[in-house]
Amino acid sequence: MSHFHQTAEMLLPEAASTYAPQVDRLFWAILWITGFFFFLVQGALLLFVLVYRAKPGRPAAYLHGNTLVEIIWTIVPAVILLFLTLASQKVWAEIRFPKQMPTPAVQVEILAEQFAWNIRYPGPDNQFNTADDITTINQLHLPVGEPVLIKVLSKDVIHSFFVPEFRVKQDAVPGLPTQVWVQATRAGQFEIRCAELCGLGHYRMRGFVTTEPAVNFQEWLAETKANE
Amino acid sequence: MSDPGFIRKYIFSTDHKVIGIQFLFSSLIFMFFGGLLAMLMRWQLGWPGSPLPFMEKIAPAGMPGGIMVPEYYNMLFTMHGSIMIFFGVIPLLVGAFGNYLIPLKIGAPDMAFPRLNMLSYWLFPIAAATVLAGFFVEGGAAASGWTAYPPLSGLKETMGPGQTLWAAGVVILGFSSIFGAVNYVATIINHRAPGMSFHRLPISIWAMFTTAVLTLLATPVLAAAMILLLLDRCLGTSFFLPAGMIVDGTPLAHAGGQALLWQHLFWFYSHPAVYIMILPAMGFVSDILPNFSRKPIFGYKAISYSAVTIGAVGFLVWAHHMFQTGMNPTLGTTFMVSTMAVAVPTGVKVFSWLGTLWRGSIRLTTPMLHALGFISMFIIGGLTGVFLASTPVDMYMHDTYFVVGHLHYVLFGGSLFGAFAGITYWFPKMFGRKMNDRWGKTHFWLTFLFFNGVMFPMFILGLGGMPRRIYDYTQYAGLVHFAPLNRMMSVSAFCLMATQLLFAFNFFRSLFKGEKAGPNPWEATTLEWETPSPPPHGNFAKTPVVHCGPYEYSVPGMKRDWQMQTEKHA
Repeated sequence: MSHFHQTAEMLLPEAASTYAPQVDRLFWAILWITGFFFFLVQGALLLFVLVYRAKPGRPAAYLHGNTLVEIIWTIVPAVILLFLTLASQKVWAEIRFPKQMPTPAVQVEILAEQFAWNIRYPGPDNQFNTADDITTINQLHLPVGEPVLIKVLSKDVIHSFFVPEFRVKQDAVPGLPTQVWVQATRAGQFEIRCAELCGLGHYRMRGFVTTEPAVNFQEWLAETKANE
Repeated sequence: MSDPGFIRKYIFSTDHKVIGIQFLFSSLIFMFFGGLLAMLMRWQLGWPGSPLPFMEKIAPAGMPGGIMVPEYYNMLFTMHGSIMIFFGVIPLLVGAFGNYLIPLKIGAPDMAFPRLNMLSYWLFPIAAATVLAGFFVEGGAAASGWTAYPPLSGLKETMGPGQTLWAAGVVILGFSSIFGAVNYVATIINHRAPGMSFHRLPISIWAMFTTAVLTLLATPVLAAAMILLLLDRCLGTSFFLPAGMIVDGTPLAHAGGQALLWQHLFWFYSHPAVYIMILPAMGFVSDILPNFSRKPIFGYKAISYSAVTIGAVGFLVWAHHMFQTGMNPTLGTTFMVSTMAVAVPTGVKVFSWLGTLWRGSIRLTTPMLHALGFISMFIIGGLTGVFLASTPVDMYMHDTYFVVGHLHYVLFGGSLFGAFAGITYWFPKMFGRKMNDRWGKTHFWLTFLFFNGVMFPMFILGLGGMPRRIYDYTQYAGLVHFAPLNRMMSVSAFCLMATQLLFAFNFFRSLFKGEKAGPNPWEATTLEWETPSPPPHGNFAKTPVVHCGPYEYSVPGMKRDWQMQTEKHA
């Protein structure tokens, strides 16, 4: 199994949120299943082409189908896809359904604009757009081990908040405030990559996420407020 | 009949065959151009910021000193996608082959509405000229992606007049598609030869029929969306533009619109459009495999009904492009279910093709190689779609190179290998001469190799978190290590483009110097092979009468191993 974990690290950036491993497990399940069908079909294709190359004196079989076989290759994929749908739905509901969202310890608002991420923390009163708000540009700090509710907004065109290590992506759509939650699992520095074409500076709409222990996070907030 | 003269015969012709060939040449030229745009993108991605001196003369504003600016890169991928989809793949698969094959394969002298057919073709260059005129206006052509999401595409502040021309051109092209589709549906329903019941139609005709119905139902929605976008852009309406936008520090007066409305309308067309671009190719493959396996198709009804099922379910999957937009997540669940469901009839098709090969007597000709290449590559396109259908996995993969890889395996690996199969298979019928088989095979193998060389690594880039549509990925520290892979992809892309010159050479040389083909060079069964190559005006000397299904190969007790559809067999 360790070999596959190494491969996983090569393919996917190391996970850093609570639901990232669940997303990765789904990814691997789908890769195994589709991988099986990939080799099955490519193998059969190659084999049949080699074995049934035209040879003089060996006519092709005259047959139009086989109902039993056709039923099997309709039902089996349908069952597998149903299983994948149910497995996906469980994770999807956990990440996205408002009822299943954990109570946030921290809230933060991200207002995207061409070509920057405006970050705003509500401050001690826990209310946005009051005097004690703490604001930064392109620097998102999150505490490790605490659920964070991220409100995603846009000032102009559509952007998309994407942090690969969290496996999170949320479009920022003007006129449509949305939200997504995340709970970081390890301290580190990650990139925010804009994932929706937003104009000529789209490619450089980069932000940074710093995840750190809650104590350091609170210190950072206080420091940032002091420097405003 | 009096000679109509050169212009009426070859330029403003109402003959479905001439119109089909007009679509063939036009779409191949556009695809070549669209491919060149991709080469410039690959140059920038392979060697970000390196000068390409000769481009300064061609695009002084976009590549000053030969070095590409970000706006130009955005324009390149927008126009690459738009040209390939609207002016390449759709007119090639649907316009060229639909027009050419439908009357011949159902035993009709021409389309139901020949003059409407001519109009359908002539709207195409008008639409193309409108879209391409964008290259010559202030600010260049459209640069908001082929998906043109507003507000980016809907504001004069963010997109110049090139975007307006783009939307106007797509509306015109939409009418071309709708007129064509009306014709296909009417012709297939009304003009079948005696004995040609629906269950004796070649699968390619089932595919064209489904495609035409999709076009008829979906394209008006696209046209409506484009017209609303034009109104937003030109008359200051706010269909897609919400209140409160501030662009470049200036508050905008728009209010009341919804950005996501565009995405619903756009994908309501554009997802069925994916099936419009793949079903015909599946149809060609379903005609070609039995021929070169000398065996009836395995599961005729399963394949033809699965085409219809894909078409029907294809209307219910559009919002799988919108899982991460902030759309209600329960709606996401619904679209995940329908998207997963589409995989079932798709699987049925693939397995049935394998069943057709099984115990066949396989002839590895150039069209057969392309058909097998289609199956092999389309599987990768189809299977990678399962990752994207899974909503949580899509949250990671959406808008990364994984999607770019997936769509190229469907639209190049699928549609284009299908198109190459179709061109090499029906070329002798269209022009009366065979294409050179050795060059054809060389072209196939090189295309297959370089295609995978450029497209497969896209999955690895996507899994590494590389977003699509970015001018310079080295901005992100976490993506810098992909430089060698990107260079390898670019080299493969240049080789892939160069390989297509081989195809062009073979195509044009064979037009004039190819070996003469008789009426039925592939020993095939369907009606188009009954008439001379190329078929005369009116197609058939007398109306054919159909006695059997389209894939009666290796019928026991027959002297030769194929039974024409017009033949009776005791």
